[in-house]
Amino acid sequence: MTDAATRIGDLVKTNDVVLFMKGTPLFPQCGFSSRAIAILDRLGATYETVDVLQDPEIRQGIKAYSDWPTIPQLYVKGEFVGGSDIMMEMFESGELQQLVTAEA
Amino acid sequence: MPMTASEIEAMILAEFPDAAVEIRDLAGDGDHYAARVVSASFAGMSRVRQHQAIYAALKGKMGTDLHALQLETIVPSGDH
Repeated sequence: MTDAATRIGDLVKTNDVVLFMKGTPLFPQCGFSSRAIAILDRLGATYETVDVLQDPEIRQGIKAYSDWPTIPQLYVKGEFVGGSDIMMEMFESGELQQLVTAEA
Repeated sequence: MPMTASEIEAMILAEFPDAAVEIRDLAGDGDHYAARVVSASFAGMSRVRQHQAIYAALKGKMGTDLHALQLETIVPSGDH
């Protein structure tokens, strides 16, 4: 396992809900990341974010980790959920609410 | 290097000959697309797997040549 994969593994295991994104929740640097944050906020979810623009190793590593070519990427309880399109579909069907607020 | 809508459509159809593919150019700049793909072969696959199958059909262009592709995958009704 590469160093990046180990770090990503730690991040997704120690945070129930974690979004790998471009930029920060206050200043998303891409429309897709912005949309992902809007969905999580709308759900009232508690989440962590990782700004991949600040960390080239994570930025590349996360694509291999999930076998997913784009960012943002959402993980819940260590499981890869999907990118912003899947988040939107699951938000609209109510599935995402259940997933990210199951703890509460 | 951007891609044209017909190139995207052709690559998806090459892997999913049964699919109904609809591509929209979101910004008119040849770089921001939305794709809607309806195919019976998505039946029984999770959403992540369905999108991954499309990314696989795009053979590495997703995330490189193609930055912005809003993706919607649909199983035809009656098939699931």
